Amino acid sequence: MHVKIQQPLVKLLMVFLLQCLLVYSVEAQTKTVTGKVTDATTGLPLSGATISAKGASASTISSANGSFSLNIPSGVSQLSVSFSGYSDQEVAITNGQLNIQLSVSASTLGDVVVIGYGTSRRKDLTGSISSIGSKDFVKGALTTPEQLIQGKIAGVQITSNGGAPGAGSTIRIRGGASLNASNDPLIVIDGMPLDNAGISGQANALALINPNDIENFTVLKDASATAIYGSRASNGVIMITTKKGAKGRPQVSFSSLQSVANPYNKVDVLKADELTKFVNENGGQNFKSLLGAETTDWQKQIYQNAFSTDNNISVRGSFKNLPYRVSLGYLNQDGILKTGNLQRTSASINLNPSFFDNHLKLDFNLKSTLSNSVFANEGAIGSAVNFDPTKPVYSNKSEFGGYWEWLDPNSITGLKTLAPKNPLGILMQRNDESKVVRHIANLVVDYKFHFLPDLRAVVNVGADLANGEGTIVVPEAAAATFKRFKDPSNVFHSGINNEYRQNRQNTYLNAYLNYTKDIKALKTRLDVTAGYEYQDYLTTSYNFADRTFNETIVNEPNFAFDKPQYRLASALGRMNLNIANKYLVTAALRQDGSSKFNSGNRFGLFPSAALAWKINEESFLKDSKVVSDLKLRFGYGVTGQQDGIGFYDYISYYNLSSLTAQYQFGNSFYQMFRPGGYYFNRRWEQTETRNLALDFGLFNGRVSGTVELYRRITKDLLNEINQPAGTNFSNRIIANVGTMENRGVELTLNVTPIKNKNVVWDLSFNATFNQNEITKLTISDDPSYPGARFAGISGGTGNTIMIHSVGYNRGAFYVYKQVYDQAGKPIDNLFADLNRDGVINEKDLYQYRGVDPRMFFGMSSNLSVGKWNAGFVARANIGNYVYNNVASSTGTVRNILNPIGYINNGSREVLRSGFSGNGANYFLSDYYVQNASFLRVDNLNVGYNVGQVLRNKANLRLSANIQNALVVTKYNGLDPEIGGGIDNNFYPRPRTFVLGLNLDF
Amino acid sequence: MKRKIFIKLSNIALLTIFLASCSKQLDLLPLNDITSEQVYRTPEGYKQAFAKLYGAFATTGNQGPAGNGDIQGLDEGTADFLRLYWKAQELSTDEAVVAWGDPGIQDFHNMNWSSNNPMLTGLYYRSFYQITLCNDFLRQTTDANLSARGIAGNDAETIRKYKPEARFLRAYQYWVLLDLFGNIPFATDEQALGTFVPKQATRTELFSFIETELKAIEAELPNAKGNEYGRADKAAAQSLLARLYLNASVYTGTARNADAIIYSKKVIDAGYSLIPQYSNLMRADNNVNTAEFILTINYDGLKTQNWGGTTFLTHAPVGGDMNALSFGVDGGWFGLRTTKNIPALFPDINGTADKRSQFFTQGQNLEINDLTNFKDGYAITKFKNIRRDNSVGSNLTWVDIDFPIFRLSEQYLIYAEAAVRSGSQAEKTNAVNYINLIRQRAYGGNSGNISIADLNADFVLDERARELYWEGHRRTDLIRYGKFTGASYLWPWKGGVRGGTGVAAFRNLYPLPSADVSSNSNLKQNSGY
Repeated sequence: MHVKIQQPLVKLLMVFLLQCLLVYSVEAQTKTVTGKVTDATTGLPLSGATISAKGASASTISSANGSFSLNIPSGVSQLSVSFSGYSDQEVAITNGQLNIQLSVSASTLGDVVVIGYGTSRRKDLTGSISSIGSKDFVKGALTTPEQLIQGKIAGVQITSNGGAPGAGSTIRIRGGASLNASNDPLIVIDGMPLDNAGISGQANALALINPNDIENFTVLKDASATAIYGSRASNGVIMITTKKGAKGRPQVSFSSLQSVANPYNKVDVLKADELTKFVNENGGQNFKSLLGAETTDWQKQIYQNAFSTDNNISVRGSFKNLPYRVSLGYLNQDGILKTGNLQRTSASINLNPSFFDNHLKLDFNLKSTLSNSVFANEGAIGSAVNFDPTKPVYSNKSEFGGYWEWLDPNSITGLKTLAPKNPLGILMQRNDESKVVRHIANLVVDYKFHFLPDLRAVVNVGADLANGEGTIVVPEAAAATFKRFKDPSNVFHSGINNEYRQNRQNTYLNAYLNYTKDIKALKTRLDVTAGYEYQDYLTTSYNFADRTFNETIVNEPNFAFDKPQYRLASALGRMNLNIANKYLVTAALRQDGSSKFNSGNRFGLFPSAALAWKINEESFLKDSKVVSDLKLRFGYGVTGQQDGIGFYDYISYYNLSSLTAQYQFGNSFYQMFRPGGYYFNRRWEQTETRNLALDFGLFNGRVSGTVELYRRITKDLLNEINQPAGTNFSNRIIANVGTMENRGVELTLNVTPIKNKNVVWDLSFNATFNQNEITKLTISDDPSYPGARFAGISGGTGNTIMIHSVGYNRGAFYVYKQVYDQAGKPIDNLFADLNRDGVINEKDLYQYRGVDPRMFFGMSSNLSVGKWNAGFVARANIGNYVYNNVASSTGTVRNILNPIGYINNGSREVLRSGFSGNGANYFLSDYYVQNASFLRVDNLNVGYNVGQVLRNKANLRLSANIQNALVVTKYNGLDPEIGGGIDNNFYPRPRTFVLGLNLDF
Repeated sequence: MKRKIFIKLSNIALLTIFLASCSKQLDLLPLNDITSEQVYRTPEGYKQAFAKLYGAFATTGNQGPAGNGDIQGLDEGTADFLRLYWKAQELSTDEAVVAWGDPGIQDFHNMNWSSNNPMLTGLYYRSFYQITLCNDFLRQTTDANLSARGIAGNDAETIRKYKPEARFLRAYQYWVLLDLFGNIPFATDEQALGTFVPKQATRTELFSFIETELKAIEAELPNAKGNEYGRADKAAAQSLLARLYLNASVYTGTARNADAIIYSKKVIDAGYSLIPQYSNLMRADNNVNTAEFILTINYDGLKTQNWGGTTFLTHAPVGGDMNALSFGVDGGWFGLRTTKNIPALFPDINGTADKRSQFFTQGQNLEINDLTNFKDGYAITKFKNIRRDNSVGSNLTWVDIDFPIFRLSEQYLIYAEAAVRSGSQAEKTNAVNYINLIRQRAYGGNSGNISIADLNADFVLDERARELYWEGHRRTDLIRYGKFTGASYLWPWKGGVRGGTGVAAFRNLYPLPSADVSSNSNLKQNSGY
């Protein structure tokens, strides 16, 4: 039904819009006002402030030197002036030049906050909502949007997935609420919920959004705030608002960042002479004879200093009465791992006209991105750690592209099987190029009824369309795929010539009515919203044959493409009451239906309620000189989860086996039909959150902050559990079994220690303490069942290092307890027999620590002195542990003196532990689980406002940054900040030096 | 107040309208995966679903070689039936050691496995997975379902013939579970999925079920060699019955040697004969060995790819100074070897006298100082991805070798052992003849023949090792002879000690996986675990 509605609706709107444009008349203009807008404390001109005539539609924007000129109807007597981050001001029009001084608003947060299906005054918020405007974004060369708020918000942990160009981040709000379903927050851009999944050719969906187009991030953390997004809000909601058009003359803003990324950090491995010494001391003649004479630093070979440039230009203003903003961005970023590159061209358009005396507002957004990537072969990272440094890079022979390789004259390929391949070879001999095009478009129609101005109807329609495709080509000479396929006539074929493609068509419709009324008699303001929403996520994944370089087909897929799809349909309602501007009440109810559940379990109901008391509005505080803001909030709500589970598997479907998995009867081969595992009774995972908070502001906002306590219980966990044998076609399936609890405290503190005409110093600090415990996991209690093991490591076949166990935190390491000698050295293959049964087996594994930090902190400072400003952003995690898989898989005698008959390099760890590498249990030693608490200075920045340039037509600002300036940690691997907690083949985060300039016309 | 009520009412009204209108749109179907109704609409669909009952023995999942596994919780490459079963039956004995560090793999030879061992868990769930497939297929092939789907006449007849085979495969897997785990949950096609949690059956109950089933389908199955290659016939059911009866005293406490003699004899007399050369048993083109092979798991390097099965059995024992190409593979996996007890059973280690003695000794140490060192222990060269004409198999990574679940030699040896234990003189004479058939092939003549005076139970056990080593029988054999646990028979690293040590008797059964015990409250763990 909704789909049918969509198209006529859009048509109707178009017609409507067109008529409005035609009908709209231009008012008579009679006088001109001129003036200048400056910062009240610093006296510096403010460029980009909006000046509008009160009671009329005329408006403009201040120029680079703060000056403006506005034609207004003669009847207008007042101007209103607004600028992001500053308090609005109304100014009476006088004769002559107006001198308007704006003060920085009491807090860094804007006055109006987006809350999902509407906005709210910041002071009237009842839920846990943090908002960060562009002024407070992390500065520097940031490729993907979430990095703008890294370390800025209590309870929000953003861990980048490494240093590759465009690499995404793992975002956790209050630790995440689920086990096997998704722990990623819902991301909403301009009111439209996005699909978190990446697309072929760009794994990080957010990298397709240009950070420069973003005006504001609002993060909804507790359930009273998120419940309005019900179904998908258990892990919090991040709402992104992009920059909008504004009335006035065109403002052109140009920015350019040039940066160089330096691979300052490498895995600590043995040097050539150390390895030679090690082999001579520990190896037999067979190994000694394998030593070479070179001193190759393989990590140096594969990494480079990487340059990048990021240029953006935007224009905002209004064409006649059509406010617009258009922007164009071009990013070209090299990776520190050779060959890697990302080129992103992005364009955005925003149109936000209003008609009929602001009764009808339209907001149209289009963001288009073309991203071309070359993905470096990250296999080279581990290979460079492992490869023998006594060998040369090149062989001076033509075979294998001239790269030195381990050879075996007896093998078909001439290569030693299972030996690692030349790291530079596997890097340079693989070309993986992708092209991704994405368009995100939406139109918001906001109509205030003429006969009942208290009632608004809002419709938001949108689409997120993406197409990603690419090719992987490996030449025939490459050792890694040499003679990889023997055809039926016994001819060998080498190399790779493959392609991939994926297409995404997500559509969105949301419509709601909003009614607000001041009931003077009751001193009450009522705000009611009711609406519905429809989301359709459709992906087309194309399957291609695997082909060798000369296009010989190795195997073919069964189907040319697949079209996984899911839908959500929801009804929502919310009521806000503001009583006497002291007592705030919010209640929300949302019902969601998901196509991922059977028709009986499909709908989930998600209620929430919140109360807030603005204590500072009470008579005893109202006139306080000290306390400027004091609010107590309590919220309760239930949210849901359905991401991260199968789209259809509430019933059993039959899957056709591939051409390489047929079975032979007689002389015929049959592709097999396999009934799939299913779970009929799967339903919404539900998370119940309680939140208690105190917001405070002192000394007119010079000190402000929030303390929050929360407790979040997830029930009916979407949890992969074992099935009783004989009852399902899958022995493990995601069912709704188990409960988990998160408890935490968040602290936010913003202080402005100095604020005078020349100097402003802002400091902000946030801290989060989160504790997670799994309280139930299985249907039947069996004390011998430790829980579900997961998190595969490198080493052995199928070893896992973590476990979800009842009574422990999610993702505890599941390890053997290493026994040490008196000198504190670990004893090879000696572990504690924890259950004292005389044997060492799985029953002696124990739950140890965990991946998630117990506490994490963020701190930012910004100091402005005259035309200069300087700042930093730092973060710290405490109590997070990492499994050092580089040490465990390479730092053993067995790895270096490989019994297969070659030499590897290895982590310097081998000299400390001296582990033989025999057996299997040492992989699971708690010796390798290391404290990875850290303090990281993400950003040091300094800026200088040059002021007027180009004959006073433009304002120039210059900036310099160092990103990833400093890491302090005891962890002895490459980097302590490893999402997922397993340090292996991690793409190093470079240290990046950035120079930037901004020109505003 | 009135307003509030109004809002509430309108909210409820809105929700009701919404519920009614949206539910249909939320019914989505996958594009390429299909429902049971679509699969079982045609006889071809039936056959492809039926192929899965057999194919589940060979592949790890629906994507070759890996990528869409049947069993979760362990590395897919190690999760096929044969690789898991082989580890449980061979690595735990004197026949095999492995150098690797896969989780739980060393527990087999060290004999210190627990109920959390991932490989035992995988094997248990693999067997039950195959049982569940069979149960479902039997439900899909009821006469009611066939007629409801409009399948009649010859098509229906053909499909009905699949049913005894499905029951055979189920009985085989229940036998595997009976032998390895003992008292296990029990489910048949009579209980629809999603309606029950299985109850635990005792070994005696399982024995009786398997016996009854096999006898019931014996008549329905095609005659020996009367079915397509790779599918079960009467001889397969009889072979399993013979094996079941031979081990009856272990399973139920009551010996059934007379029945073992009857059923092995049925197979022996069904027209099978030994192929001329022992070394041709496990070759890339061993699908031609139908004279001797009674039922095989079929592999193909191009069309039935996986990392287990005979691909594992061919690659894993190659390493050290061995030339991978001479085994028809692109590289060794440096894993499997044997203990010194096995070469000691042969007159020499070169296969000069007894050609079944197929060891690789160059650069290998007979003694095992370190289980994880490939060069400690002789390698075994029984499996070769090379055809009789010395050309290599269709693929150098995934091999073509089929694996015989039952072959004639085993039936000879079952007969012989049962005869030794409780047979008549005539039966013992037969037994000597059967053993000499085996040995004549091994020795290439009569030089290895035995007389009735040489025949005793221990001789048969040793002969079984010589003939059937690395074919997945050893653990069952040693248990039957009381040599698996305890200290009466030792081998290197038995019980985790270099020279071998006694092991507690409870390890004659593997533990039920705690994964199932924690999911099914009807289950009681085997004693000792």
